[in-house]
Amino acid sequence: METGTKMGMNKTGVQTSPIDIDRMLSDIRQSAKSAASDGAGIAAVRTSYITEAEAVGTVPMPGTVKGAAKAAVKKLTGRRPEVLIDALGARLAFERSGVRLYDAVLTKYQATPEKLPGMSAEQLAHFRDEEAQHYKMLADCLQSLGADPTAQTPGADISGVESMGLVKVIEDPRANLQQTLHALLVIELADNGSWELLIKLAEELGQDKMAQDFRKALENENEHLMHVRQWHEQCVLGQAT
Amino acid sequence: MALSLLDSKGTPLEQQRFTWKELVQKPISKLDDDAFTRVRVILMNGIESEAVRFSHLCARMNRDLQVPLARVRRIDHHQATMVNWLLGSDHSPIETTVAYEQVAIEVTAALARQEPDPYVAQALRFALLEDFDHLYRYAALMDRIEGMDPNNILQTYTDIMSGRPTAVEHRMPDDDVRKPYERGKAHPLTKLNALTLVSGEYQTRDYYMHFGPTFADPVARQVYAEIASIEEQHVTHYESLIDPNETWLEKWLLHEANEAWNYYGCVQQETNPRIKAIWERMLDYELGQFQFAAEIFKSVERRDPAEVIPANLPDPFPYKSNRDFVRQVLKNEVDLRAKGTEFVPLSEDSEASEQYRNHMNAEGSPTETVAAGYQWVPGGELWRRVANL
Repeated sequence: METGTKMGMNKTGVQTSPIDIDRMLSDIRQSAKSAASDGAGIAAVRTSYITEAEAVGTVPMPGTVKGAAKAAVKKLTGRRPEVLIDALGARLAFERSGVRLYDAVLTKYQATPEKLPGMSAEQLAHFRDEEAQHYKMLADCLQSLGADPTAQTPGADISGVESMGLVKVIEDPRANLQQTLHALLVIELADNGSWELLIKLAEELGQDKMAQDFRKALENENEHLMHVRQWHEQCVLGQAT
Repeated sequence: MALSLLDSKGTPLEQQRFTWKELVQKPISKLDDDAFTRVRVILMNGIESEAVRFSHLCARMNRDLQVPLARVRRIDHHQATMVNWLLGSDHSPIETTVAYEQVAIEVTAALARQEPDPYVAQALRFALLEDFDHLYRYAALMDRIEGMDPNNILQTYTDIMSGRPTAVEHRMPDDDVRKPYERGKAHPLTKLNALTLVSGEYQTRDYYMHFGPTFADPVARQVYAEIASIEEQHVTHYESLIDPNETWLEKWLLHEANEAWNYYGCVQQETNPRIKAIWERMLDYELGQFQFAAEIFKSVERRDPAEVIPANLPDPFPYKSNRDFVRQVLKNEVDLRAKGTEFVPLSEDSEASEQYRNHMNAEGSPTETVAAGYQWVPGGELWRRVANL
């Protein structure tokens, strides 16, 4: 495994086939009979399905809560608790996956002989452990609302779909450290924005204790983002010079 | 040089073993490997998948063969795994789909060119023009839905143009069943060609059925539904070319011979040395499996396997672009239609099929929608829009 990219025998693109591409295009030009589409047909099919679509699913009904937790639930009276539960569920799923993804990044880092200054296994393990703490904290938050932290909310489902490509890159043995760090950067950027919104949402719904915990989590995430961005830059700029 | 099934005994069955690490090797490079390496990987997975499929069906109908079939089938399954896992995870389902259609076009064209039976050759050319159109439709889908250039998969070997429009390929089942070759008279090449193509098409049908629902875009889901239906027709089309009077053991023998024949073509033409070593190993395995099946054939049917397939197999087909041949077929035969077992001019098209396709297309044809006015240019259709910015 190498850190960066190299010149080689890439066979995509048309420059590698100058004769074939001329022949390929000559017949295409001759065969073209109709004007280019404006995409209206595709839009019409999409629209008909969007109009008929049902949601990917629902937020499960919270159970009953006891003791101190009642105060948190009471503050949601007259509001829509499912919005908060969905957002918490999405964050929980993201942080839980984040633990596994940092594990994979850690393995790739350790298996890559070339090291980046300032990047260490200890640092990656530390970030991973913070993602795990966030996971636990979000589970506690959901329980405090009587919600099930093991349920997959619609937000969690969609967030998983969003991450599919990122998970593939991080876990692909062929994706080098630079490519892996770019995927991690996308994750941390999305994570950062999501925590910021979650803080606002908790504040809006009177969940002051949660908002306080989330601000601490955002501090951690800011540090993750700063480091990952820096490592990625080092990787790219280091190769170019 | 042609392959002789008897020159080498191949690898004995008991030595045909794998570890999990061997089954999951480094994949080919989507970017750097030649497109025909991927064509071979996809085709050979189709050939192995057919071997497994046939073996299961045969076992259900033949109690005495169940153990020997199970032994060979386990190896076939692992061969399929080893081969199919050579596709890297950076191949998205639509990219793999475009590659599948390239397999369908280039392999069908190569086999049609060498097919000695005029009726079978016509049947191959007929389906060729339909797969050629599928490539065009999927290329439009890839370009317009995902903003990617399909030629990065095709590497300029295969044209991206309309063939027989997919919308008119929908036929009544009665118009998909062909006349079979006669097992006692057919040229060995005819048997191998039919088996190779039914293997490829069955795999393609299964791939579209499996991956169609994984797309989010309703346009893509519809296009996969429509083309999967044609691939199902093509399985009917190709399998009906095979003589149904062949015994189960004849069919088993032919499957083994076909696997060996196809691996031999891969060995001869592979450009990636690491993949070539895999083909060589698989060829040795197939020769061993052929010997195993031939012994059972001899003891059960008391006949010489050469009555089914000669020891010296025909030359393998070439893996190369068939651009000129395909264009010629397109020019001459795009308006042919199928009626019963025959291929007829457009004016004599089957009324039953016309009614069938009119109903299927009554709410629109997804393949027409996705490719309306589509004309590929290097880099993809958007290049035309941005070139003059």
